[in-house]
Amino acid sequence: MMAARSSVAGLRFMRLGMLALAAGMFFGVIGGFQFLFPDFLRELLFTKTRPLHVSLVVSWIFLIAIGGIYFYLPRQCRFGLWSERAANWHFVIFTVTGLVIIACYLSGQFGGREYFAFPPVLSIPIFLTWILFGVNYFKTLRQETEPWPVYYWMWGTGIVFFFITYVEAHLWLIPYFRDTMIREIMVQWKSYGALTGSWNMLVYGTALYIATRISGDGKLARSKLAFSLYFLGLFNLMFGWAHHTYIVPSEPWIRSFAYIVSMTELFIFGKIIWDWRSSLTEWQKNAYCNAYRFLIAADIWIFVNLGLALVISVPALNLFTHGTHITVAHAMGSTIGINTMVLLASIFYVIREELPLEVHAGCSRQIRFGFWTANISLAVFFVALILAGIGKGAYAGASFQEMMLIIRPYLLVFAVSGVAMMVGFWIILWHGFRLIGVIQSSETIRYAEAEPA
Amino acid sequence: MAPGINNRVILGMLGVAFVVYTAFVYTSGTAAEHLAPMNDNERAGAQVYQDYNCVACHQFYGLGGYMGPDLTNVISKRGDAYARAFITAGTATMPNLGLAEDEIDAVVAYLAFVDKTGTYPAENYEVQWYGFVAQEDDPQ
Ligand code: HEC
Repeated sequence: MMAARSSVAGLRFMRLGMLALAAGMFFGVIGGFQFLFPDFLRELLFTKTRPLHVSLVVSWIFLIAIGGIYFYLPRQCRFGLWSERAANWHFVIFTVTGLVIIACYLSGQFGGREYFAFPPVLSIPIFLTWILFGVNYFKTLRQETEPWPVYYWMWGTGIVFFFITYVEAHLWLIPYFRDTMIREIMVQWKSYGALTGSWNMLVYGTALYIATRISGDGKLARSKLAFSLYFLGLFNLMFGWAHHTYIVPSEPWIRSFAYIVSMTELFIFGKIIWDWRSSLTEWQKNAYCNAYRFLIAADIWIFVNLGLALVISVPALNLFTHGTHITVAHAMGSTIGINTMVLLASIFYVIREELPLEVHAGCSRQIRFGFWTANISLAVFFVALILAGIGKGAYAGASFQEMMLIIRPYLLVFAVSGVAMMVGFWIILWHGFRLIGVIQSSETIRYAEAEPA
Repeated sequence: MAPGINNRVILGMLGVAFVVYTAFVYTSGTAAEHLAPMNDNERAGAQVYQDYNCVACHQFYGLGGYMGPDLTNVISKRGDAYARAFITAGTATMPNLGLAEDEIDAVVAYLAFVDKTGTYPAENYEVQWYGFVAQEDDPQ
């Protein structure tokens, strides 16, 4: 078969994403220590390390998901990209904007909102990259004549919701929204709900895609169960966000609605992967040892995080957990335990597919070591945050400093386990980066050869 | 079987519901008509709050970074002068970010504006048997 359809763009995104995670964790670790020792690296204030950490790790999630789509469509699904040039521009514009944003943070130029702390004009090129991506995605999938498997729906939904969240996250620029504090804060958090919903759609779509491919059972992604999960996820994405703002005095119906919706978030997704796992043969599990390992880890973290999410979505309990590190535990548990594990599965799935001879190197002791280090330290990290949150929620006095002293031991455990986790992930990323690089260079050559002179 | 069509119908219905819901959230759901809108000085203060990324360390209504205390009601609980002193000079744990005099005025005015929008943590609330919470600040 002629490999005329290039998938180099996808590989490039993946490598950029791995760099973003490696750097993002580094800033996270610095920030963790600044929490305890405010003088630690005082030049690089927490006002800088926090957005650097957040923006870089969020980029990791999007970049790997996007890279996967740009890779899988041409390489495995037989759909050459509608425009490879658009994909390349996407990469270039994103990279340049990302570097400018990093420079802004380092030099103390903010001006945006939490999570988008950079000056708002820089949102314009980012928006542009999503237009390039969205058009490319939907035009490319026009080649599909069969009804779409669920992961195509999920990816498409993730893209559409990114636009919605991006527009909503900038509504504060309009006085109608900005001048009423309650509206401003509610719309801001509505947009964040759609933001995490958007990346979850991209990531869960990726998980289902890989699970389907490994098992070789196309029915998995067309089953009623898979579609029920998709619609339930979408329902939560649209209406569940207000569990972040129970405490804000908006109209109570917004809250009660979010409460009901959040309770529907049940175990369907976990169930799919669980069923899938029992359907695999030993051969499949071994052949895809790394991808399999990461998917199973994601599955376990889903259960843990869903449990916590259900608890803190009950308004009466949220009253005590809100504004504490329990919220951070929830955020870190799901972005690291679920999203990052799925995305690593995607990376190592690509490696197994493209470099079957390297697979034993891929299953090496080092990756296993990284895997266990990262997961065990994540568990410690997660528990430390919950304990710190309980300490803060239960504190009845009026002195912030006193409260911080009480929870300090937990924050210390949190910061130290963060270092261990970073080291674990760095080891994994190093191999991922290296091996994807090998694929990228051979892919570039193959593509150049296939191109008519 | 044509799952594609059924799925499209469900998607369409969810989409319509989302648009209607969003319209309510943008308007009556968050109208807070009992509150005065921001004036120019407060608006400038909101921008100062963003320009110095105070939210990295502080929260309103518990939303934001946790390195420093929640600021929703700092003005009514501690007073204008107290807040000004922290912002002007910093402390061992809060850095002095070097705000200009007019920036300090504006950001303190903004904190006073936020203070009037509600109480956090809620002091008077009622927990219903099914876990819902009604607060004193809820619009009537
Ligand atoms: C690097 C983190 C950090 C940043 C950035 C920061 N603060 Fe603080 N702030 C703190 C800490 C920590 C305290 C508690 C200090 C103490 O008690 O000694 C505090 C205390 C305060 C207080 C007193 C609150 C109280 O209840 O005692 C006010 C007011 C305040 N900050 C306003 C601001 C404003 C306005 C900005 C932005 C211009 C800002 N802070 C930026 C960390 C920060």
